[in-house]
Amino acid sequence: MDDEKNKIAQQFMQALPHARALGMRLIGMGKGKAEIEMEYDERLIGDPETGVIHGGAVSALMDTCCGAAAMSHPASPGGTATIDLRIDYMRPATPGQAIRAHAECYHITRSVAFVRARAMDDDSARPVATATGTFTVEGG
Amino acid sequence: MARARPEPVQVVKQRRDAALKALVEGVPYIRFLGVQFERRGDELTAVMPFDEKLIGNPLLPALHGGATAAFLEITSIIGLSWGHLWEEIESGKVEVETLTEGRLPRLPKTIDFTVDYLRSGLPRDAYARAKVNRSGRRYASVHVEAWQDNRSRPFAQATGHFLMPRRDE
Repeated sequence: MDDEKNKIAQQFMQALPHARALGMRLIGMGKGKAEIEMEYDERLIGDPETGVIHGGAVSALMDTCCGAAAMSHPASPGGTATIDLRIDYMRPATPGQAIRAHAECYHITRSVAFVRARAMDDDSARPVATATGTFTVEGG
Repeated sequence: MARARPEPVQVVKQRRDAALKALVEGVPYIRFLGVQFERRGDELTAVMPFDEKLIGNPLLPALHGGATAAFLEITSIIGLSWGHLWEEIESGKVEVETLTEGRLPRLPKTIDFTVDYLRSGLPRDAYARAKVNRSGRRYASVHVEAWQDNRSRPFAQATGHFLMPRRDE
């Protein structure tokens, strides 16, 4: 990704109040792919007994990352909204570790972007969660 | 046979409200999003008061799809737990004091969660109610709907499957 596009991408993340509130950081974005990291944060705990992050925060990460992948596809005019998103939770994320999501827009039409994503903690061999979603194609 | 005198209404309400409060306030993420629960008998309505940090697209502006998904998931998990907790506190199997001391029941774990975004979430308060369609010993299936101004025009709905905590311990 060139510097100009990278700058725009970082500004995009900073412009989303909810992504900022959850401490999301854009690692990369372009050609229908996106990677976003979310630091471990005690405010996001869903199970007080184990300290595991709430599924809802993982959903927010997945939704943001999938949306970013859809927007970054060369055929997208740049706007998008989620139509539907399914998340499968494979295992609890390890407390204390950041969660990193990779999303890929694997097909796009004039109206719909099809996206899938994986979320990992430090153990990149075993995903924490996977997602599949459809997004609108709009703007431009 | 003489029937036992019904408990005074205040005693009943206090017990139920204290149990709900302990269940909800034990979860940091629910506090972070500012989600609250209103109770009518055993029926719960979740409320997510509008806050700037819930915004996804600042140009529209609209609620972030992730905030909506989290709100629906929280409503499902609390709705599911509350159904079990209700029986346990009403039968006297669980004392409210154990809950308020922080010894809370284990929460169900999400297996999968599918959100349908029906219209964009407006920058105002949102409400949600969960319906437990099946709650077995190990698995549960829950449907949840969220709306804003108009109950008959939901802005998002979801279906999720959950792994129930073991109850034989």
